[in-house]
Amino acid sequence: MGGMHDHDPHPAAPPVSRALRLGIGGPVGSGKTALTAALCRSLRDELALAVVTNDIYTTEDADFLRRNGVLSDDRITAVRTGCCPHTAIRDDIAANLDAVESLEELHRPLDLVIVESGGDNLTATFSRGLVDRQIFVLDVSGGDKVPRKGGPGVTASDLLVVNKTDLAELIGADLAVMARDAGAVRGERPVLFTSLREDPAAAAVAEWVRGVLREHPHPHHAPHPHAAASVNEP
Amino acid sequence: MDTRLLLLADSRLPAGGHAHSGGVEPAATAGAVTDLASLSDFLAARLSTAGLVTAALAAASCSFAHSSRDHAVVRAGLGGQLHDHGGEGGRDGEGLWRVLDAEVDARTPSPAQRTASRAQGRALLRVARTTWPHPALDALAAHSPRDHAVVRGGPREQLHDHGRWGGGPHHPVVLGAAAAAAGGTPRQAAAIAAYGSVTGAASAAVRLLGLDPLAVQQALAVLADDVDAVAARAAAEPDDWAALPAVSAPGLDLLAELHLRSEVRLFES
Repeated sequence: MGGMHDHDPHPAAPPVSRALRLGIGGPVGSGKTALTAALCRSLRDELALAVVTNDIYTTEDADFLRRNGVLSDDRITAVRTGCCPHTAIRDDIAANLDAVESLEELHRPLDLVIVESGGDNLTATFSRGLVDRQIFVLDVSGGDKVPRKGGPGVTASDLLVVNKTDLAELIGADLAVMARDAGAVRGERPVLFTSLREDPAAAAVAEWVRGVLREHPHPHHAPHPHAAASVNEP
Repeated sequence: MDTRLLLLADSRLPAGGHAHSGGVEPAATAGAVTDLASLSDFLAARLSTAGLVTAALAAASCSFAHSSRDHAVVRAGLGGQLHDHGGEGGRDGEGLWRVLDAEVDARTPSPAQRTASRAQGRALLRVARTTWPHPALDALAAHSPRDHAVVRGGPREQLHDHGRWGGGPHHPVVLGAAAAAAGGTPRQAAAIAAYGSVTGAASAAVRLLGLDPLAVQQALAVLADDVDAVAARAAAEPDDWAALPAVSAPGLDLLAELHLRSEVRLFES
């Protein structure tokens, strides 16, 4: 494999900037991948993007994104989580950090890296060591009492997205109740109601992301705290 | 064993180990591991092959990291092996880290396992440099292969590939250097490696097969004496790299290759 003959005597320059890292989490089937695809479609012409997916069935999400022609293959990486999707985004973020940094190395400079979690439950949340901001995605078909149940995703995410509003009437979910309950536990943090079926561009969420990027200067802000510990950047 | 080494041995160390099954996932898919009895056999076999080699490499790395200010002993031990590489070694022995890297490759015939080893090595190095800063860890980061052929499976596999081009140091080398940085001996580094070679796989089996975790823990306890014996043997001659154990496990190698090409993978390896 030539491991002893490919030594590069010129160490890579330390990263002077890195992309904003945005986590998208939420229960199975709530629309995380559809939202990721929507954001990529809406933002790809104005931002340099890449995506890391953590779906338990490995290629499902990556295939979805590729089929939809959202991003080129080499901008999408799938990470396996050993049956523990929450561990991979919260307790042991090693594989996700590795994937994010690899995408940044390959496509530097990137403006935005989206890390989509595997489907989990209401207790899932991203580590601050992995992402700068996080979106939690619920859907109305889980029932309108879900926001009242709380959990870190509902209460502490930077943006709560309640998806599939087109189904609300069919399943008897009261959006006003969801908005009221979410507001009660989230304070000033925003909540957006979406129907990705009716608005495939997720216009409101994309605008929120643009706002985050405006207040989070890129690509010339400080390196990530873990960057100094990376391989080949002593 | 002191607390620093307990931290290094802990499965909660955030170094990505939870996503590697040590071959248990492909073994379960192939029907080779189905219950407690077959898991116990698998773990015993894994310990005496991959476990022994991994532990020996970790012990060698630990010893070398401790001696990183004086490489005369190791140089003498390696003799002619250094003629091609001594020039880039310098006083901190960077070239010797690359020799040790090659020793790992030589004992890891499966490309899939090489890739998995480097992925886990990168992750452990990140944690170790943050937790136990040490010149040996810096040298390892600076002088490991930067690019490495990433194993690719079928057409769908190209989406799976990630990692810093598959480069970075091998896991047992980082584990040994991290043990040294945490104040451990080669024997302790070997113990942590041997222990991890069965506990990670056992944990994966609990998750994949729904085995009774208490029964699996008991099976690990039954193996404890064997783990200690493997660690002792692995650390016997840590400075004679060419003579380090090189037992192979073709079944594990084959499973690792099959795993990379399977349609559904929950674990990286």
